[in-house]
Amino acid sequence: MGGHGSFPSWEARSAIAFEDVRIGFDDGQILRGVSFCVRERETVVLLGETGTGKTLTLKMAAGLLRPDSGSIDVLGQKVSEMAEKDLLTFRRKIGFMFQEGALFDSMTVADNVAYRLHEDGVAQEEIEPRVREALRFVELEHTIDQLPSELSGGMRRRVSIARALVNRPPIVLYDSPTAGLDPVTSQTIITLILRLRDVYGVTALLATHRLQDGFALANFHFDADAERVVANSGNGSSAANAAHTRFLVYREGEIYFEGEPEEIANSKDPYLKRFLA
Amino acid sequence: MADTPLQVTGSHTKQEEAPSIVEVLEDAAKRGVAAVQDYSLLSFRSLANLATSPHYFQDTLDQMDDVGVGSLPIILLSGFFIGGVMVLQTGAQFVRFGQTSLTGDVVSLALVRELGPAITGLLTAGRCSSGMASELGSMLVTEQVDAMRAMGTDPSRKLVTPRVLATMLMVPLLTAMMVFVGLLGGCVASVFSLQLSAVEFWRRAVDILEFPDLMQGFIKSLAFAFILATVGCYKGLTVRGGTQGVGRATTQAVVISSVLIIVADLFLTKLSLYLSNKIF
Repeated sequence: MGGHGSFPSWEARSAIAFEDVRIGFDDGQILRGVSFCVRERETVVLLGETGTGKTLTLKMAAGLLRPDSGSIDVLGQKVSEMAEKDLLTFRRKIGFMFQEGALFDSMTVADNVAYRLHEDGVAQEEIEPRVREALRFVELEHTIDQLPSELSGGMRRRVSIARALVNRPPIVLYDSPTAGLDPVTSQTIITLILRLRDVYGVTALLATHRLQDGFALANFHFDADAERVVANSGNGSSAANAAHTRFLVYREGEIYFEGEPEEIANSKDPYLKRFLA
Repeated sequence: MADTPLQVTGSHTKQEEAPSIVEVLEDAAKRGVAAVQDYSLLSFRSLANLATSPHYFQDTLDQMDDVGVGSLPIILLSGFFIGGVMVLQTGAQFVRFGQTSLTGDVVSLALVRELGPAITGLLTAGRCSSGMASELGSMLVTEQVDAMRAMGTDPSRKLVTPRVLATMLMVPLLTAMMVFVGLLGGCVASVFSLQLSAVEFWRRAVDILEFPDLMQGFIKSLAFAFILATVGCYKGLTVRGGTQGVGRATTQAVVISSVLIIVADLFLTKLSLYLSNKIF
């Protein structure tokens, strides 16, 4: 798979850009004019309570839902205006990890991970090594012939990460990757996300209601040479400085906070403090 | 905004006050029209997908196995007994006029033109339309359909077209099997109940049939297959409300496809009779 990422400078191009995006359903508006951007190779942590529109934001970024108004640009393409036929091709550039994994339950782990490769018409002899490589990345190569129903919740999410990364997309969207998992398994998932970010240099938009996940992404990086997660030293090492992480907080359909990890950590705002508690 | 993968319409009414009866009726009418529109588009797309790549042959074969081979036991069993019952019912009337030899004619025509396609359609709807609705509905609520779309696959192409095609290929064959076994059941009943000769029954049953009769049965079975498959897929892909919604969609799929098959039967019969007079 791809080489080491060189991480974004502040001049990095925008990978995902939302401009005054609104969406609602029968029971009212969910997002009311949201604007933000995620730069290339940057990680944005989207925080918010349940029902504030985090998943909707990810689905709109992937073109799975169309906003009622506003524009969404992803990798320079206006996703909000693309026809479904064009979106199907475009979505192959985006990895999406769904909250519960959303693995195809009638297929084996291998077939789940290989799904996208089959769809892309990748040669059969190339598929197995790539599937094994992706599963090795999430340390689940031994489950290759198992069905999703035979795996634990955490393992299913790891397979989902393998499935999302198998065709090496430049952007990965994570929908509450640690929701409902025990602390140890959550840590495993976060480590994988760090590894994916720091080894392959993907741009990430991660929706969660757990602030500690965001801080883990902001304060740690994966050292490819040492093969382990290490704390950012703050001494200007390239990885620590470049793996830039920002926070967005949704509240009542609008962006309540947008800023750096230090800003949210030191905030006196009572609403933000609820996430810190 | 499309809030399910195959819906093209939706309403965005922010309800701040209790709606009046007129508004409720208006809303219901709009939803009804939107549902018909969505169903029509999905049905059209399920066939239009056949004209362009990619095609999912393995999925189609799997569905043919499920619909065709899976439905065969209930079709054969039902067909045999329906044929027998037909003979008992009609034979009892023909005995009054001393025309029991006509039993083979009547049973054959009824099975080929009407009962074969209709009962095969209804039985397959009960078994497969519900299965399609529950399978696709479960995939929808567990975000597997979204995952499919996120990986660049058109669900109508991958999930709907193979099911519709497989059903349209299998139901006419199942109908033919049901008619054959029905005649077999009728033959057995006529031999034991009406003391007719088996050879006489078969000869009359075959001789009475003409090409328009076979076409009528074939066209009906194709149409019923299309109805039960598209309704099952549509209800599955428009599930609302989690697992409870899947159960509701499954029931609705069977009810709607069965009613549509019966309604369509009337119009198809009229059309077939008209065509048989004009063309054949």
